[in-house]
Amino acid sequence: MHPAVLGLITIIIGVGGCVGYFYGANVFLDKVLYPAKGPNAGRNINRANMIRPWIFLGPAIVALGLYLAYPVVATLILSFQDGTSGPTRGDFVGFENYGKMFAEPKFWEAMRNNVLWLTVVPASATAFGLLAAQLTDRLSWGNVSKSIIFMPMAISFVGAAVIFKLVYEARPEDVAQIGILNHLYLLSGGAEPQQWLTIPFWNSFFLMAVLIWIQTGFAMVILSAALRGIPEETIEAAIIDGANPFQIFFRIKIPQIMGTIVVVWTTITIATLKVFDIVFAMTNGQWETQVLANYMYDKLFRALDWGMGSASAMIIMLLVTPILVWNVYNARKEMR
Amino acid sequence: MDSMAGNKPTVVWLLNISVIALTLLWLFPTLGLFVSSFRTSEQITASGWWSAMFPAEQTVQLRVLDPDDNRIETSAGVFIVEGSVFETEELSEVGIDSWGTSSRALDAYGPGDTADLGDGETMTLNADGRYVWQGDDDQISGRAQRLFINATVPPEFTLDNYHQVLLDEQNSEGMSKAFFNTLTVVIPATIIPILIAAFAAYALAWMEFPGRALLVATVVGLLVVPLQLALIPLLSLHVGAMELLTSVMGPVDEGSRLTGTNWFGDLFGMSEGDKIAGKGYFGVWLAHTGFGLPLAIYLLRNYMVGLPRDIIENARVDGATEFQIFTKIILPLSFPALASFAIFQFLWTWNDLLVALVFLIDSSGNTTVMTKQIVELLGTRGGDWEILATSAFVSIAVPLLVFFAMQKYLVRGLLAGSVK
Repeated sequence: MHPAVLGLITIIIGVGGCVGYFYGANVFLDKVLYPAKGPNAGRNINRANMIRPWIFLGPAIVALGLYLAYPVVATLILSFQDGTSGPTRGDFVGFENYGKMFAEPKFWEAMRNNVLWLTVVPASATAFGLLAAQLTDRLSWGNVSKSIIFMPMAISFVGAAVIFKLVYEARPEDVAQIGILNHLYLLSGGAEPQQWLTIPFWNSFFLMAVLIWIQTGFAMVILSAALRGIPEETIEAAIIDGANPFQIFFRIKIPQIMGTIVVVWTTITIATLKVFDIVFAMTNGQWETQVLANYMYDKLFRALDWGMGSASAMIIMLLVTPILVWNVYNARKEMR
Repeated sequence: MDSMAGNKPTVVWLLNISVIALTLLWLFPTLGLFVSSFRTSEQITASGWWSAMFPAEQTVQLRVLDPDDNRIETSAGVFIVEGSVFETEELSEVGIDSWGTSSRALDAYGPGDTADLGDGETMTLNADGRYVWQGDDDQISGRAQRLFINATVPPEFTLDNYHQVLLDEQNSEGMSKAFFNTLTVVIPATIIPILIAAFAAYALAWMEFPGRALLVATVVGLLVVPLQLALIPLLSLHVGAMELLTSVMGPVDEGSRLTGTNWFGDLFGMSEGDKIAGKGYFGVWLAHTGFGLPLAIYLLRNYMVGLPRDIIENARVDGATEFQIFTKIILPLSFPALASFAIFQFLWTWNDLLVALVFLIDSSGNTTVMTKQIVELLGTRGGDWEILATSAFVSIAVPLLVFFAMQKYLVRGLLAGSVK
């Protein structure tokens, strides 16, 4: 059969099963279990209404519990077990996996790079986003420019990796350069074409450029909305008081959108922490570009050591936890 | 804002220029890939893509017509050979910038000039491509005179790469199968979480039951749980579920009912190529559903809470059941939020590599998706930019279309749920 037909059948089964559950469960509740008629109609309606939230929530709770909550606990347990035999569970080994991991230079390289990524990417993406938002808001054709800066949002990390590999492409000195970076480098007086992705330490920055390129649009959209939400009076008052545009921007606008900046910053931080595809596709952690997520994938599927894989996943979780707590705290504050 | 001190002409100029620079900086990388996908491999290696859009300088070497067959005696002892350089195939109707008669001076003459070849022998080449080679009996014989023509060739693009990547049945590295596999992953992985989340969000927004606040807080917390954490336990869970299923339905090897139909094998991860059983579409849908749900519930709940209370209470008084309220009132009203999340989930699942690698793609490669296919190509065809660029562009074309068509909803969704 043609793959398209198979795909279609699979899709119908998947989606149909889901619709069937909700419809069927509600019909069952209202018509069979507690029908809203007969001598107990009133009591039945009440009972049905007590059960219904759980029918509505059921699949979500099961999916969230099974696919997000359970794994947090399971990974924690796995990280204390011997995992060298793959999927089958090993003996309890205490902190041995962590010990082995901390003894590996590759892990510390990943940690160092992750710290670099976490400092550079959120800061640059937020700064570029703020700059783009502030500048484009004042132009008649700003929306076109915004669309283009926002566009990388839709491009996959893998697609972006190919795009930037072409940008960084190096050819031998005596033939035409097809990577624009080397072309510009030679034009501006560089001696010979560089293999950008193989220069230790700096190559991480060339990888970060990809994520900054993707995330700037996100920062721009959010910050642009926040800038437009600033009350006009505060700016007018500053102009009347003789503030120059820089003072208006840094002293009047930035403080008023600080909350949004923090949200954008943390959101990009989380995305950065999980970065995997870019490194996987562009260098695969070679030339000292390893990051935690790729290190974990390496341990899991190349070294087949599920214990150390889990231990490195727990490190990522540990780094996310402060943001998680902060988000929950804020959400609870809002609900009150 | 008009009253701001930024309306001086120089400042406006500066503003325009810096925005143009920023925009171009963001556009250029993608543009490079796009342009490269329409060039042949020779063109790609010969020059950078940025020069592809402009006419290119090209030097063509050719010989004039054979003098022994074509020469005409105009007067006693004076012979000429006439013809047009455009008669040769590689040089059809281009502008001649300059020309020469020796490889040491390629651009010695301009169009219309007459070259002195010594002892009264001359060569004239006009802009329209017509040439006259003139000399005496000795000079106009034997080997024909060489011409070096520097011409401006107009940009040339081809669709061959797309043909090879998408339509060539023989091409095992083609994208068509991966394209359908990606679609098979994406469509259910977008619709299922929306359905589940819409019901859950309604319950969290408008139904009274114990533990509601706790559930909302849990959803917010789960928003940031990294995907990486879930991979190992879920993979062993899928493997376990698979073992359970096969123990009920018979072992995989003998149960030809299962392995015989490849589609069923792909669905549940029981194809013959599976090293780790449990890698299949079903698993990847569930995984995407689980990972997408927190954002979906969060976005939809926030939107539904804002719907007017009167409508819902009136409907309740009029005797509508909760299911009716949900399907007839809440769902249609929540369309903008549903659309926002649908776009997010679509982009995320379409662009995903990690989840597909872990939960779907087995060693048989039957269920490979486009992102994986491109990573493979990066490894095996690292220098073949025409294939790489075209394959990558095929995979990003659909998200880009969705992006430009539904940008409004995407922005709205981002603004509503900028926590993830």
